[in-house]
Amino acid sequence: MKVVQRPGMKGPEKIYVVEVLKGLWLTFSHVFYNLFHPEKLPTVFFPEEKKALPPATRGRHRLMKREDDSPRCTACMLCATACPAECIHIQAAESPDPNIEKFPEKFDIDMLRCVYCGFCVEACPLDAIRMDIPEVTVAGYTRDSLVYHKEFLMDHDNKDVVADYNPPRPVLWTHGPHAKP
Amino acid sequence: MDSQTFTLINITVMTVVAWIVPLQFVPVFIWLERKGSAIIQDRIGPDRTGILGFRLFGMVQNFADVVKLLMKENIVPANVNRFYFMLAPFWAMTVSLLPLLVVPFAAPLDFAGRTVRFQAADLGVGLLYILSITSMGVFGIILAGWSSNNKFSLLGGLRSSAQMISYELSMGLAMVGILMVYQDVRMSSIVEAQGRLLTAWGHTLPLPHWGIFLQPLSFLLFLVASFAETNRNPFDLAEGESELVAGFHVEYSSVKFSLFFMAEYSNMVVAAFVIATLFLGGYQVPFASTETLRQNPQLTLSLLCLLVALLKGTAGLIFYKIGNRQRHLYAGVKRAEPFLFSGLCFAVALAALALLAMGLTMGLPAWMNGVLTVFLQVLCLSLKVLFFCWLFVWVRWTLPRFRYDQLMKMGWKLMLPLALLNLLVTGVIILTQK
Repeated sequence: MKVVQRPGMKGPEKIYVVEVLKGLWLTFSHVFYNLFHPEKLPTVFFPEEKKALPPATRGRHRLMKREDDSPRCTACMLCATACPAECIHIQAAESPDPNIEKFPEKFDIDMLRCVYCGFCVEACPLDAIRMDIPEVTVAGYTRDSLVYHKEFLMDHDNKDVVADYNPPRPVLWTHGPHAKP
Repeated sequence: MDSQTFTLINITVMTVVAWIVPLQFVPVFIWLERKGSAIIQDRIGPDRTGILGFRLFGMVQNFADVVKLLMKENIVPANVNRFYFMLAPFWAMTVSLLPLLVVPFAAPLDFAGRTVRFQAADLGVGLLYILSITSMGVFGIILAGWSSNNKFSLLGGLRSSAQMISYELSMGLAMVGILMVYQDVRMSSIVEAQGRLLTAWGHTLPLPHWGIFLQPLSFLLFLVASFAETNRNPFDLAEGESELVAGFHVEYSSVKFSLFFMAEYSNMVVAAFVIATLFLGGYQVPFASTETLRQNPQLTLSLLCLLVALLKGTAGLIFYKIGNRQRHLYAGVKRAEPFLFSGLCFAVALAALALLAMGLTMGLPAWMNGVLTVFLQVLCLSLKVLFFCWLFVWVRWTLPRFRYDQLMKMGWKLMLPLALLNLLVTGVIILTQK
């Protein structure tokens, strides 16, 4: 059996006071720096300031549109089938376009059930549903307000989300003893 | 008004002041704790709660806390010992306010033929009074822990009472060192004695005759013991969250919890007052005794005004920088507020400097000497107390908590022998001085 010796305290560490003073010095250096450089604190003042989310962020859902602003979705139910949380409710109807069989008359996503797994996006054969709106504060006062309907899901400009969708404020890690340029 | 009535009024006023002072320090301390912890950890700290957009740099958070705690349901669990359960928080709060009655806030002032004292009771047993009252504080915790009828409370109460009793020994012995050096237990005499310069073996040293220079080891022991006495990190085993939920006050809610919370903080304020009084010369301004200050009103005025100008100037600078940081975020009052306070601070600093210039050129009326001295001494004491309040915060957010066996080992095997050794050395030095 191998006995592992604990390192224990050696030399001046045993007096303890020296180590306490070292620790106090470290925290004091932070205090002194922060007190006179409050602008360099890395805090993001959230609702007013927003951190730029990376372009591949899995955010809120949206339904993509065709050129005539009708939904790309053909109500094939693959997303609703793939959904492990069963939060997608689709009601299909006959499409007015003779080349297309069906379109979703209703397309509801229950955000209270959604687990943000992204399986619906993976399942869609037409790239009709995406989860790329960089919004992480999904909140509401009533349950009904958190069931997103087709109109709300299609309320966007149908463009690809580009990296500066949300104008970023660079987070300055130029602060304190571990600063990076 | 005869002198007896005057003394009575004086004592009454000072008693009220001595009770109000720690209560005034408590919100400041809580604010200092929140902002201090934030700034140590490179955060901003509370700055959202506001009244009409005025956020007072997070100070308004205290009002929100008070409202929250008063609005909560005042629960008394079914199987508690009702009388003791109700008594405990009041006991803790009352006892935590008492020791300040014997602490002098400034030197006695001769004014219009009468002596105004800035101390509620100049007891002949001042130091012993403080020791006895602080040891009564443990009853509140034991009562709360036992009467709650909850194993976590009981263990928390048990732990903190064991800890307080263990550290009271070294605290008392550290006090004995002070007692030996100043040869008195009366608080006013101890503080008066600290106004001189330090003399050792016939030489006068360029140091004040303060407890910290006469009894450095005793100061360290007293400091550590008062951290333990106030159940403060790194000695806050009584509320080791991972083991005991919240310790002795698990079952308390609403006003009763807030009383415990305030008692904890006012205990620390009082401890800061006692440390400042015993070891840092109390109200004494370093290198300037009360007589020097009274005879040189110019010196007193310049010290007072320069100190105020320095403090307010620094505060104004920091507020200005905070305002600049938030300038692009807000509009209206929220945006203007830091600049407003920064401007106020600079205005006060400038006013202090203008007052200084006026006082130096035009001369001062004779009755001002004593009043200025009182102001300066109160300011000096408050700064010392604030420093120790900050030290409590600073240490809490720096050091991790002790383990229970480490705590007991340190109390009995390290601090007690050191305190005894300190007494021995002090005795030998006092004998050789004679």
